Amino acid sequence: MRNELRRLVRDPGLFVVVVLVFASLGLFIAFPLGRVLQTSLFPRGVFAPTYFKYFLEGRPYLLRPFLNSLTVGTLVALAGTMVGFIFAYVVTRTDVPGKAVFRWIATLPIISPPFLLALSAILLLGRHGIITRFVQANWGFTWNIYGLPGLVLTETLAYFPLAFMTLEGVLAGIDPALEESALDLGASKLRTFTRITLPLATPGLAAAILLLLIRSLEDFGNPIVIQGRFPVLTVQAYLAITGMYNLPLGATLCVILLIPTVVAFILQRYWVTRRSYVTVTGRPSTAGLRSTEPWIKWPLFGVVCLLSTIVVLFYGMVFYGAFTKLWGVNYSLTLENFAYVFSTGATYLTNTLKLAGIATPLGGILGVLIAYLVSRKRFPGRATMDFLSMMNFAVPGIIVGIGYILAFNTPPIQLTGTAAIIVLVFIFQRMPVGIREGIAMLQQVDPTIDEAAADLGAGFFRTFRRITLPLIAPAVVAGMAYMFSACITSISAVIMVVSARWQLITVALLHEVDNADLSQAAAYGVVIVVVVMLAIFLLDFLVGRVLLRRGKHAR
Amino acid sequence: MLAELVLRELTKVFRARREAVVAVDHLNLAVGKGELVTLLGPSGCGKTTTLRLVGGFEDPDGGAIYLGDQEITHVPPQRRNTATVFQSYGLFPHMTVFENVAFGLKTRRVPRREIRDRVRVTLGLVGLAGLEHRPPSKLSGGQQQRVALARALVVSPQVLLFDEPLSNLDAKLRVETREHIKRIQKELRITSLYVTHDQAEAMAISDRIAVLNQGRVQQIGTPYEIYAKPANAFVADFIGRANLLHVKVKAVRDEQTELELPNGKTISVSGFPDLVVGETVTAVIRPEAVDLAPPESGDLMGKVIFAHYTGSLGTYRVELWEGTSINIEVLNPQEEGFLEPGLLVGLRLHRRTIHILREQ
Repeated sequence: MRNELRRLVRDPGLFVVVVLVFASLGLFIAFPLGRVLQTSLFPRGVFAPTYFKYFLEGRPYLLRPFLNSLTVGTLVALAGTMVGFIFAYVVTRTDVPGKAVFRWIATLPIISPPFLLALSAILLLGRHGIITRFVQANWGFTWNIYGLPGLVLTETLAYFPLAFMTLEGVLAGIDPALEESALDLGASKLRTFTRITLPLATPGLAAAILLLLIRSLEDFGNPIVIQGRFPVLTVQAYLAITGMYNLPLGATLCVILLIPTVVAFILQRYWVTRRSYVTVTGRPSTAGLRSTEPWIKWPLFGVVCLLSTIVVLFYGMVFYGAFTKLWGVNYSLTLENFAYVFSTGATYLTNTLKLAGIATPLGGILGVLIAYLVSRKRFPGRATMDFLSMMNFAVPGIIVGIGYILAFNTPPIQLTGTAAIIVLVFIFQRMPVGIREGIAMLQQVDPTIDEAAADLGAGFFRTFRRITLPLIAPAVVAGMAYMFSACITSISAVIMVVSARWQLITVALLHEVDNADLSQAAAYGVVIVVVVMLAIFLLDFLVGRVLLRRGKHAR
Repeated sequence: MLAELVLRELTKVFRARREAVVAVDHLNLAVGKGELVTLLGPSGCGKTTTLRLVGGFEDPDGGAIYLGDQEITHVPPQRRNTATVFQSYGLFPHMTVFENVAFGLKTRRVPRREIRDRVRVTLGLVGLAGLEHRPPSKLSGGQQQRVALARALVVSPQVLLFDEPLSNLDAKLRVETREHIKRIQKELRITSLYVTHDQAEAMAISDRIAVLNQGRVQQIGTPYEIYAKPANAFVADFIGRANLLHVKVKAVRDEQTELELPNGKTISVSGFPDLVVGETVTAVIRPEAVDLAPPESGDLMGKVIFAHYTGSLGTYRVELWEGTSINIEVLNPQEEGFLEPGLLVGLRLHRRTIHILREQ
């Protein structure tokens, strides 16, 4: 510890950066969260955790959302992981056709705003939904999609791709020689699967379940559209603040939500990952064991096809909805909705692009810097920096948003109503992904290269700028591409900090849903998806260029 | 000789969770100006850690490092005048050979022209002239190694540090390159600290060798001293192969010492006047310092239990009695006279190369 401190002081560049990073993490991550805690425990400055008491007493308006959130979270985590596992198994372990298509379909929900699925669930299965009407006309019965069924359906579709991506990596990372040895030793296919494949994938499954649980608990976009009379914590916290102006109640709901999310996050990060048997070498063996038994692969293929069709149907419905006159009344095709989006909604779109465009490079650089510090440098407080910077990965967006409102509403730092507060929310909510990309890339760069630079007299800044940054440029650009699209589609945190002057396109979409203008909402959705795809395509192209240029030199 | 690099009571402890491993344990070493000293030892003996402490990549927990007349114990690497040739080279993959070698000069704010000249001279010295504009990925392993050497040499460090620089090369290239390094080092009279676990490499390249085990220096000396007069059983066994035989001191006269072998026979060796009559000591007998003889005619007798023919050498293991066997090497073995397992054979020990270790 004393050694580390001494080193830090002797490298002034590193010292300054560490202090600045800590200051920004403290101010924009820890401080807002602290304000949430403070408001829930010390409303008006004295210790009075009234609502915690009510919660423990079991008052329904506090206890029900908690139980509802956990119910939805558990169901979504299990269903989504199962679907993700089937997708991953089919892609890595069988030789069915159309795997590229499945992979592409599974990424759709990741790049689109999550609540788009809730919107199309209403278009399909709502009171005036296409399927609802068809069934009612032919068989005469109906149902209510709002509430638990709608939440589980939309969130499962929205988040199973995360399980798929986790488990694809896990399955691809299992050395096929292990499965071959089992077969070679006389085990049947089924026995090989249950005794070898499944146990090896267990840490990955646990990680996927926890990840989906976190995502479901913190989801705001889907519940606000489709929760109906089944209140969940995120939406209740939002309503407590924006509808009832009851800050202590909102803050208490936040803390009640925070506890299960952070527990799941810590389990996932520090327990499950340490139990992983799969060593990530950066090059998964492509020669996976291909299951060719028709009785295994075709039923699985059927399931995956069905699920893919449902995903495509959901997104297709948004497109269709965007071109209809007035959903539920007049289904004739029109371009009016787009005319509306590009006139009334034009400022929302440009605002979104502008603010995301400012936040992305700033967040990207800060993310890479933190990744570099925590994975390559030794200084006191490194573990704390690591944890703090990844905090917002686990903290639900709605809590981040409420924290910003509580923290920056009054001097000394008064930011509410400005563009700056939106940019800050973007940066500090989305940075963890950039950090993870950066760390992953840095793990592939030999630390000797850094040491060689220091050995030849380069200080912190020179090493970072001349050596580290050029070497991990592709990851930086990729991280920024993700961050940019995540900013454009984000809703849960920014909904708390938007203002009349600075309104964003996702929030505009929600207002249309609120007004029951589903067609206009769908048109917003289409525009968002197109913009995100363009952004990803463009940045992909840039990454390609960077990679190509580097490829000439790289080993 | 004037010491350029001095390590005094240097200590480094690695702590992981509940364990603490003492990697370097109160290590003392002085490297003279222009001298090449090798740290040699088995893996985990602390040799690389010691080098990294000198380079500034690790911070010692105790002791001090002096470079010239300055203490540099806690100076960060970018401000100490050392340069390292890394085991994995650590070449910057996004820079050309020229840019790699020029990097250290640029950080030292050397004028552009001088950079160009110095890089050119150094690349010529290591035999890479003409490859300035290649990226490292377009070079062979041996060439990459020489870029790493040039990059360290060009900044004229007070001490050059080598961290197993040849371990990524194939056997033949390793021998060529070590001769090359030795020549350049002598030519420039550059003070060097060299880490290797390969004893042949250490013997060939070093002015002096420090044998390390468990973070401690076991012996420092010239390659000859280390081999012929090992300070303890570890050094004797680690450097080359050694047969260790317990013998009893029978008589100590002026220049002659009589030793009783376990089978009762007595041999007489010169030197070792400090030994006390009656004490048991360990005799270090090198495999090549034993001649084969007809049974019953040598100092010892035994049964051949292994025999290998490797071309230049015939190596035998001879069991003297149950539980004790010794290794023997015969240079230039011929087909006739090559012994088969099972045969009885007599052994004659070279008196002059027997070294005596006091029991601990």
